Amino acid sequence: MTFDLRLPIGLLFTLLGLLLTVFGLFSPPELYQRSLGTNMNLWWGLAILAFGATMLAFALRARRAASAGGRP
Amino acid sequence: MSHLPSIQLGPIDWTILVLYFSFVVGIGVVLKRGMKSSSDFFLSGRAIPAWIAGLAFLSANLGAQEVMGMAASGAKYGMMTAHFYWVGAVPAMVFVGIFMMPFYYGSKARSVPEYLKLRFDEKTRTFNAFSFAIMTVFSSGISMYAMAKLLNLLLGWNFDLSLWVSAAIVLAYIFLGGLTSAIYNEVMQFFLIVLGFAPLVFLGLRDCGGWSGLVQRLNLVAGQSHNLQGQAYAPGAWVSTWQHMGAPGANPMGVEWFGMAMGLGFVLSFGYWCTDFLVVQRAMVAENETAARRVPLIAAVPKMLFPFLVILPGMIAIGLTYKAGQSGFALPVKGGAFDYDMTIPLMLKHYFPTGMLGLGLTALMASFMSGMAGNVTAFNTVWTYDIYQSHIAKDKSDAHYLWMGRMATVGGILLSILTAYMAVHFNNIMDMLQLIFAFVNAPLFATFLLGMFWKRTTGHGAFFGLLSGTAAAALHHGLSAPVGAESLFKGGWLGHVAHVYPSEMAQNFWTAIWSWSTCFLVTILISLMTTRTKSDGDLRGLVYSLTERHGEGHLPWYQRPIHLGALILAAALVLNLLFA
Repeated sequence: MTFDLRLPIGLLFTLLGLLLTVFGLFSPPELYQRSLGTNMNLWWGLAILAFGATMLAFALRARRAASAGGRP
Repeated sequence: MSHLPSIQLGPIDWTILVLYFSFVVGIGVVLKRGMKSSSDFFLSGRAIPAWIAGLAFLSANLGAQEVMGMAASGAKYGMMTAHFYWVGAVPAMVFVGIFMMPFYYGSKARSVPEYLKLRFDEKTRTFNAFSFAIMTVFSSGISMYAMAKLLNLLLGWNFDLSLWVSAAIVLAYIFLGGLTSAIYNEVMQFFLIVLGFAPLVFLGLRDCGGWSGLVQRLNLVAGQSHNLQGQAYAPGAWVSTWQHMGAPGANPMGVEWFGMAMGLGFVLSFGYWCTDFLVVQRAMVAENETAARRVPLIAAVPKMLFPFLVILPGMIAIGLTYKAGQSGFALPVKGGAFDYDMTIPLMLKHYFPTGMLGLGLTALMASFMSGMAGNVTAFNTVWTYDIYQSHIAKDKSDAHYLWMGRMATVGGILLSILTAYMAVHFNNIMDMLQLIFAFVNAPLFATFLLGMFWKRTTGHGAFFGLLSGTAAAALHHGLSAPVGAESLFKGGWLGHVAHVYPSEMAQNFWTAIWSWSTCFLVTILISLMTTRTKSDGDLRGLVYSLTERHGEGHLPWYQRPIHLGALILAAALVLNLLFA
């Protein structure tokens, strides 16, 4: 009836992470004066990407296990 | 209001915002297929895994006012604000999970008022259902108002447009996917808040020169005669929780340990976490009773760590205001005092570059909206089951009640919009309503405690106990006042002030203590004077001594609620000691 919530969470944060990381790679360093010189978009984008990908991996593994008949 | 130049959002910020809200509505659209009965719509078919329900349980309480308010308190009172978590939440969450969920879940009640009907009688349920329904609409309206005002102030967006668009998004996903949709979105919002605000704490701490730099700054704050409290405190007053609670005058909160432990830690906290349907609803939908008991326990773990996410920014902000860091952040002054409520938005604006800024603002907006959604889902359930089905249209088809639930969602949101506009024009009415709800809520936990653990408690006892507890709260508030009260909403409206409290918070805590004690005693007295109308058989599954307990011995130790609860309490104790 419902779906695995890890799927949309994984998707959303993977997309958000990618978006921030890529933006961080191509944005001018002056932008990061306010964040004390750290390229927050890049580094935090990578962290969010890692979180999203982990969620996605769990969701896909559960789905594979279910379709292989591991769970009813 | 125009002292803040509004933030300009870049294309990347807009992309993040739009991406998030398309997921929010998308979840509702996908879930719509599963909404076949009223039980799907109101109770998520009782099929939600414990971890999802647990995070939603937490998130439903994590409205933006909570986030922004806690940061404001962190600036005003420092580390003591953590009492709202380590004393004022965690113990009650463990209690509701271990001792109360078996009755809520096992009785198959569909709402908290319905439990009151099963345990006591119709009048007690109706009293609770009405006060709760009005309160939810009111809180969701206030939430909308606060959000539209903030967006207007911060981004220069149109107030009306912000209000209606956010209402439309909330309406869309609840109308389509019911409670499941609200719960799923609350979980997404939980992660968004954590991921959106954690970097703020990181940057703020770095700006202070780490924890030791922050402590040094806060000792400076404590030592000066601060412009809010107007007096100097011992150096550690902003970084300790318990050390300065011997007397109300020794700490910026103006409360002593007993009033805090009893008023906040017992009456207010247990009253909220154990009886408020907004949170309890999230545990009622778990897939089985053990899962339902684990829901509040799972929620308690992140709850314990939240002070570091929501209170710390406030402490950082006030520290940097007194002694600047390298980036020059400081709280602005508004009307002679610091603009504490704007701490979080201002820090977002100051530290986050475009990109991260979109993420932070989306997190803030998400928490406003889920605050609304939580109230609306609780409202449509109580309206449909406890008011409509029991008083207006009994014995209709299930499809009819599902339809009513959707209509109640529309109605609830329209009423919230109305409340939001009322808040624009009549601020005093809002203050008064808030006060009345505080009076109605304060005694509730006494009723539930007696109802669940003393089978002799009668319906008349419960009803009149509640009424007298509410009256006692009003009376206490009318006869006392905090120092420097300038409006009757702060107390003393009976024309005679019998006791002056050192702070508004101390007054609130003691109002709750008086109200709870009155309700407790009156309920016992009236119960002893009236005859029981429910036999032992009727009360099976509703009262502790008449309910057989399911052994959970087959579960591994780490899954048993009692063990989890003990671990969580021990962890909360360690946190209290670490930051004593």
